[in-house]
Amino acid sequence: MQSRSHSFKENAREAIADPNIQAAMAKMKVGFTGKRLAAAARLPEFEALRDAARDIKNHSLANLDFYLERYEAKVLETGGQVHWAPTAADARKAILDICERAGAKTVTKGKSMISEEIALNDHLEEAGMTVVETDLGEYIIQLRKEPPSHIIAPAVHVSKEQVEADFRAQHQHLPAERSLSEPTDLVNEARQILRQRYLDADVGITGANFLIAETGTSIIVTNEGNGDLTQSLPKIHIVIASIEKVVPNLEDASTILRVLARSATGQEFSAYTTLSTGPRRAEDPDGPEEYHVILLDNGRSSMLGSEFQDMLRCIRCGACMNHCPVYHAVGGHSYGWVYPGPMGAVLTPNLIGVEEAGHLPNASTFCGRCESVCPVRIPLPKMMRHWREREFERHLTPKSVRHGLGVWAFMARRPALYHRLTGLGIRALAALGRRRGRFTSLPLAGGWTKYRDLPAPQGKTFQQLWAEKQKNGRAAK
Amino acid sequence: MSKPEPRVGLFVTCLVDLFRPSVGFAAVKLLEAAGCRVEVPELQTCCGQPAYNSGDKADTRAIALQVIEAFRDFDYVVAPSGSCAAMIKKHYPELFEKEPEQLAKAEELSARTFELISFLTDVMQLSDVEAAFPQTVTYHDSCSGLRELGVRDQPRKLLSSVNALSLVELSDADICCGFGGTFCVKYPDISNIMVTSKTGSIESTGAQTLLAGDLGCLMNMAGKLQRSGSDIQVRHVAEVLADMTDTPAIGAAEGDTRNGGN
Ligand code: SF4
Repeated sequence: MQSRSHSFKENAREAIADPNIQAAMAKMKVGFTGKRLAAAARLPEFEALRDAARDIKNHSLANLDFYLERYEAKVLETGGQVHWAPTAADARKAILDICERAGAKTVTKGKSMISEEIALNDHLEEAGMTVVETDLGEYIIQLRKEPPSHIIAPAVHVSKEQVEADFRAQHQHLPAERSLSEPTDLVNEARQILRQRYLDADVGITGANFLIAETGTSIIVTNEGNGDLTQSLPKIHIVIASIEKVVPNLEDASTILRVLARSATGQEFSAYTTLSTGPRRAEDPDGPEEYHVILLDNGRSSMLGSEFQDMLRCIRCGACMNHCPVYHAVGGHSYGWVYPGPMGAVLTPNLIGVEEAGHLPNASTFCGRCESVCPVRIPLPKMMRHWREREFERHLTPKSVRHGLGVWAFMARRPALYHRLTGLGIRALAALGRRRGRFTSLPLAGGWTKYRDLPAPQGKTFQQLWAEKQKNGRAAK
Repeated sequence: MSKPEPRVGLFVTCLVDLFRPSVGFAAVKLLEAAGCRVEVPELQTCCGQPAYNSGDKADTRAIALQVIEAFRDFDYVVAPSGSCAAMIKKHYPELFEKEPEQLAKAEELSARTFELISFLTDVMQLSDVEAAFPQTVTYHDSCSGLRELGVRDQPRKLLSSVNALSLVELSDADICCGFGGTFCVKYPDISNIMVTSKTGSIESTGAQTLLAGDLGCLMNMAGKLQRSGSDIQVRHVAEVLADMTDTPAIGAAEGDTRNGGN
């Protein structure tokens, strides 16, 4: 996917001015958070499970090579094939080769963020194939020719009125009198369209929430069951997954599953948890003839052993963005690439470079709400700060910020000078603002006073007043 | 309780020092009333957060070492700010992870450092204050104090002992007000959306005064309330607890003692 992360500020400004996005965000910011809270409260061991989930991911990452090789061996054993893809281009090529060899015309897809990351749809369409997203949210944004704005709710920025309008514009068969005003009407309409597509498809592509090293199984969770139809009806099933999805065994996956849905949507479990292991066996009633796994690295292995390794624990639940007041203000598209919100602010610079995505880790107040809900306890603010440190070291921090900071730090490191100069400056400022108590505009403070008044200082500094008090106290004795 | 008359070094914080010294004096009054001997080392300027959050580790470390030195001899270090106290308590040790000698000093300081209100209740075992404030107030939990230091019930407990005061809870008390230090001037458009949402819920409480424990957040919310024409007054919680509310509220005009105790 082409990045627009460098223009984060402009993207954000547009999103702020867009009433549809603002309405959608106002709704989601109470919905998800309340549901997560209730789900967590119903499970006494929720916090302990978060620790367990963190530990499982840490263990898997510390032994990633071992578990990946084990996983590969198991996939081969069950009759599947594994394609290692160091880059996005390698992954695209591997998938295209499989599809072309099969003479595929229609490809159905379950929801996959990796597919967005490698811009798979464009690639397959350029090769003349019809690509059909089967997750309702993905289907909607595919119709709208938009990227997802959320990792588990890709169309969260779209209102149901907008979806109705899109369906009426693009589904030619729809009689005008048919009501589409309820969400269930929309789901039924999409289902009808998709039903035939499942049957037409030559290849089905899904993502993976987990890869199980012990059994060679891939697991997806969905609420619509679309993943099952996508992967079991066509002759060929391709799983695309990034390397950090592997965990040792099914027990581990089920521990993490207990925090995944609760953190994401507040459900105890997603409606469908689908396991697939290899192609159809002789005794199986159905299933694909070929089973392929694309294992994508695309920059992740370079995070191992770096200060960003903890980010690889991410299980893509979306809780961090559901709870992020910056995400609520600007929506997912502002982040400009596949992964929005706090997890994107850490991951995106790792995957596409901090030169391109430098705004993302800076656009945070470090309020810490993301970290407080992350099911695998990723210290997101700390890692955003690591990016700021790298930017500062590499002189990528804007000159004006660097300069202002330099002057301030010079003073802050010299207390006597600091107290003398701030004492003078504050007295002057106080004299200017005394009558009204605040400023509505002030040179050099435009970033502040554009939207809010600046309270005037009281007069002398605390240090001055304290020194006077001490002197008077002594004189009185 | 710890030893009698503990020596407390007041970490004034740069914003209180420059903009609102009355908060510093309120802190001194509360600490003395709780039985502490308070001193204010002159060697302090700022905790270093602006540098730390901008990725400037070298300056942050230099400032941290200066703070460690300035507060070496106190039993406790107390700041009227969750954010600055968390900087010293939680983040100073992170700055010296690879230098055992400095790390030991940072950890030692960390163990002695507290946010004002939680220090009063948790360390000095204060359970009520001598103060009156005949108003309906609401309270915003600043992020660092809440999530890094666990300051939540302590201010509410002390406020409940203030005569004639009634507290109405804010629906989004735990959500960031959009200040974030340099964030609010680097991303003013986003900060504005956040503070607008916050002041909206403040106004819907019907409270006359907004309280919180961090001057940065307070200045942000006060500035937005005033820009939008609201007459809700804004004060640091220490001013109310210390019964020192005869100064004009934050951003209020001289002589405006609408809110005052007189
Ligand atoms: S960073 Fe944590 S909260 Fe955010 S999506 Fe990943 S696992 Fe979920």
